[in-house]
Amino acid sequence: MKNENRKLTVSASPHVRSNETVTGIMLDVIIALIPALVASVYVFGFRSLAVVATCVATCVLSEYICRKVMKRNNTITDLSAVVTGILLAFNLPVSIPLWMAVIGSVVAIVVVKQCFGGIGNNFVNPALVGRIVLMCSFPTAMSSWVMPYAWKSTTDMLTTATPLAEISTMFKAGDVSAQAFNANGALPSIGELMVGARQGCLGEVCAIALIIGFLYLIIRRVISPVIPLTYIGTVAVIMLIAGKGSVDFMLYEILSGGLLLGAIFMATDYTTSPINFKGKIVFAIGCGLITCLIRLFGSLPEGVSFSIVIMNILVPHIENLTFSKPFGTPKKQKEVKQ
Amino acid sequence: MDEIRKGGILKAVKKSRGGIMVAHHKDTKDLPVVRMPAPEFVTLPMQQHIGAPCTPTVKVGDTVAVGQVIGDTDKFVSAPIHASVSGTVKSIGEVRLPSGMITQAVTIESDGEMRLFDGIEPPKVETKDDLIKAVRQSGLVGLGGAGFPSHVKLAFDESKGIDTLVINAAECEPYITVDYRECIDNSWDIFSSIYTLKDLLGFKKIIIAVEDNKPDAIKVLKDIADSKNDVNDSVKIMTLKSKYPQGAEKMMVLSATGRKVPPGKLPADVGCVVMNVTSASFISRYLKTGKPLVSRSLTVAGDAIANPQNVRVPIGTKIKEIIDFCGGYSNEPYKLIAGGPMMGMALVDDQGPILKSNNAILAFSDTKKIKKEVDCIRCGRCAKACPMSLIPTNIEKYTKIRDIEKLKNSGIMVCMECGSCSYSCPAGKALVQHMRLAKSVLREAEAKK
Repeated sequence: MKNENRKLTVSASPHVRSNETVTGIMLDVIIALIPALVASVYVFGFRSLAVVATCVATCVLSEYICRKVMKRNNTITDLSAVVTGILLAFNLPVSIPLWMAVIGSVVAIVVVKQCFGGIGNNFVNPALVGRIVLMCSFPTAMSSWVMPYAWKSTTDMLTTATPLAEISTMFKAGDVSAQAFNANGALPSIGELMVGARQGCLGEVCAIALIIGFLYLIIRRVISPVIPLTYIGTVAVIMLIAGKGSVDFMLYEILSGGLLLGAIFMATDYTTSPINFKGKIVFAIGCGLITCLIRLFGSLPEGVSFSIVIMNILVPHIENLTFSKPFGTPKKQKEVKQ
Repeated sequence: MDEIRKGGILKAVKKSRGGIMVAHHKDTKDLPVVRMPAPEFVTLPMQQHIGAPCTPTVKVGDTVAVGQVIGDTDKFVSAPIHASVSGTVKSIGEVRLPSGMITQAVTIESDGEMRLFDGIEPPKVETKDDLIKAVRQSGLVGLGGAGFPSHVKLAFDESKGIDTLVINAAECEPYITVDYRECIDNSWDIFSSIYTLKDLLGFKKIIIAVEDNKPDAIKVLKDIADSKNDVNDSVKIMTLKSKYPQGAEKMMVLSATGRKVPPGKLPADVGCVVMNVTSASFISRYLKTGKPLVSRSLTVAGDAIANPQNVRVPIGTKIKEIIDFCGGYSNEPYKLIAGGPMMGMALVDDQGPILKSNNAILAFSDTKKIKKEVDCIRCGRCAKACPMSLIPTNIEKYTKIRDIEKLKNSGIMVCMECGSCSYSCPAGKALVQHMRLAKSVLREAEAKK
């Protein structure tokens, strides 16, 4: 090494960095979503794959065009648009016309994400808003459900009620005891709910697949279990009280809607959930509370997407209220500050 | 003190939050410290410590000997500079330190004899004031990297009720192994120093805190502690979880005593004095021989160094010469760091001198690890890693929009720039740089008022 005029890089410390990247995190989320995708193909046939592909392709394309038009750097390589696409598709019924899925994807990426500054700056979950827009615009298409395994038989079986709607009717009729659940022939069993043999949105049906994804995210330290567990726990407690102690009612409420999908993959979205521990708890309890209110007293059978979006909007306020004090701040200073 | 078992090894009193797991790379830990021969020239900057700079007390052409004072000041928060080789003063000029600061420096041409200064004799130390005076004369500064004059630490106000001395042997920075070598090679010096400090300054409890990735050091220290016939059993070895930044002063105090140092305060405010283990053992050697701080050991490592090892060099030796002594560069370096990879400073070139506070020289050739900076996704990893409970991503945003009110409430002033946030950021943001900016923005705004 004779070069005495060598050029050295001078930068601020630290000089070592972890291996984690945004792309890597998004890739982990995609991997965690694969079990649910496989389950949806198994339950609803290859059309579910077509819906997912449409959403992903539209999301990535609209992100690309959007960034081009806005003359900003290209961000599709961070894979966040792919995650949004998969999540949106997971929130749609398999029978949805593909052009509607395209509209939902464009709303999610263009309106919710890019208009507010792209990744990290959207204030609500793009996929959920995409779903809500579709639900308000095309209520019929968004609430016609295909029976599980219908793709294997020749007859086209469509129904208008999900198990959750069925339970809602039962709750309003006033009988949610275990006998009532056994007597209702329209309801799948708990075991069927676990493996996903029920009507519902693409990704939400198979509880086992979602839990596998959840465990993967926890092991890879992508998400902390605080929000999912608190959210589901809140719903469980409220439903147990509302059902006057009926464990069946509670289990059906947890497993038969979009709660698992919402709690594991939507409520834990980094950008739209609080950073600190206390904030996460408040956020998740709020989500659980609103979900239960909509499910028990609202006219819609499902309330997960609305509850998460409402709490998303409240995140800045939650963060201000649950602000963590710097290390060693004496407790007395509380009164002095405000 | 019921929890203290005679001769046992203590566990951390309280776990600190945050922090990161960073690869240790303590590859040089089994290599003994090699003494480097005297260089032809040494350059001794007049500011090698936190506090007031010294002014040269020698002229060009003067003959100096090892240990002779060549720079001093009458300010209290400062430390004198001693000649590290014997020879003649070649020039007195200006030099740029790694921090970017420009300071005066004395360059000495060595005569190769390393002749000791005649006036060197062991100081007479009988009282606290004697000790503080002696430590100041030795030119000792914190050898762990910060470079804070040690006598200032020891000259604490007795009304504060200081009862604990924490000897910091955590060495949480990757690569560096000089403190570890000190524990193994000079463990008796450490203990002799501890007892002197205990007797003169009245500490009730002394804790030597070591990270649990150095079991050999723990064993050596424990054996000596057990062999000492100490009735009060006041010296304890404590193992801490290997986690960066375990060795940071506030983290150290929390782990060792369970006390939290409030923002803007010093460990002395909660009754503790924290001292680096190498600084402590130097005190004992100084009291025995009277030879001031003229050389130090440091780790030379990194993938661009041919023979990574620990070397003992005269202070003021050119970095280039030290690297050549270690076999030179094995690869073209892209980054040269004075200090550890987490908090050390990147150097502009290898022509500068070694300072008292430099505990490592690292050279890296691997450029692959640089992340491309993308937008923050609010993942919260920085907040989770922050040992000071700050939310770096929010502070960055407040700084960008110059929101002074929010910055003030964010607690940014407690940030010690440990680098845990930058390390863990998946978006590759240089958060520490933003934290420094936030501090200066806030200082500026407060000065305007």
